[in-house]
Amino acid sequence: MSGLKPPVGAHDHAKGSDTASVTLVEYGDYECPHCAVVHPIVKAVQRHFGHRLRFVFRNFPLTQVHPHADHAAEAAEAADPAGKYWDMHDAIFEHQTAITDRDLARYGEQVGLEPGVIEDALTAQTYAARVRADFMSGVRSGVNGTPMFFINGEQYQGGYDAASLIAGIEETAARG
Amino acid sequence: MPAKKSPRPATKSGGSRRSSAPSAARAASAPRVTDDSPRLLPAGMKAPAFTLRSTPDQSVSLSDFLGRPVILAFYPADWSPTCGDQLALYNEVLPEFQRFNAELIGISVDGAWCHAAYAKARNFHFPLLADFEPKGAVAKAYGAYTPTAGMSGRALFVLDAKGTIRWSYLSPMGVNPGADGILAALEGLAGETQAARRPTAADAPARGPERTARPARPAAQTSRREAR
Repeated sequence: MSGLKPPVGAHDHAKGSDTASVTLVEYGDYECPHCAVVHPIVKAVQRHFGHRLRFVFRNFPLTQVHPHADHAAEAAEAADPAGKYWDMHDAIFEHQTAITDRDLARYGEQVGLEPGVIEDALTAQTYAARVRADFMSGVRSGVNGTPMFFINGEQYQGGYDAASLIAGIEETAARG
Repeated sequence: MPAKKSPRPATKSGGSRRSSAPSAARAASAPRVTDDSPRLLPAGMKAPAFTLRSTPDQSVSLSDFLGRPVILAFYPADWSPTCGDQLALYNEVLPEFQRFNAELIGISVDGAWCHAAYAKARNFHFPLLADFEPKGAVAKAYGAYTPTAGMSGRALFVLDAKGTIRWSYLSPMGVNPGADGILAALEGLAGETQAARRPTAADAPARGPERTARPARPAAQTSRREAR
């Protein structure tokens, strides 16, 4: 069984308390339809556990299959310095069928970024290396497609519905 | 298809998996692997030579790649969902394989015209070879063929620069084996080579913008759609 490499750390985007007993990591692709389907499910799981759960998202764009996935991931990263990473993350998944560079720039302004922030980051490829590093960490962790989840560092093997994910998380939490 | 249960090829352990009795858990998760499941050639053996069509009018020989590590990815069929995920993943990891100077080759029993359409549709940047006539002959030579299915099993081999099998792994038919086992095997090879170029995992974050690192397109396949 492959474990998560590297473990969750300061470089990650984490939502929830650092002292949460369980950390759920998703490797996802903003243009992957299955990831869009699972997006509200992850939100439901987060609501279910509240402060007991920390959620981390890592990029795993299959850029040769999904031509907009890489820029979408870079755009979400570009929103982070302004504290808008998760707003951008949500906006992209909620509008998955419209994520051209122009769309991404529009979502950036909608979540409160200064005009030009997204365009400049995409042009300069400011976050390309970061996104690729996420991708390679997934490859090293045994990710073979998206979405893929890790619960406290272990690859989750169950279904992608909320009940299954909740059960998987509770099982891990019970093991301590 | 979303990613699913995939036992990891943990180390470059050679083909020892082939001789281990399937556990109850593995049998349950891979019902199609029966006693006609492939018996892969193990690490240490010379890789059988072959020449196969890569396009309707071009052939590729294993000997073309002597001097470099070679990754042979036998897979059951073009267009099937798991294969697509697996090959799409390898397509994406290609720059990493190339850092080890390794060549990736996909092989299935599909014909060259089918491969051409598949590679074009999926934007693949590595050759797909047609193990088509006699059907599955190369897969059989590597112990990767599954007679009841009439297709190759999902088998991976990493060959060293001299053409010796250094790692092999058989994944259940429906399971995408990922790329971590291949990378671990390539790292093992790189670690023991005195090659001037010795990539390590630590190199990865320091690389330049990814778009400049994209693989060159094979000359034979110039009509792909642009990915971007």
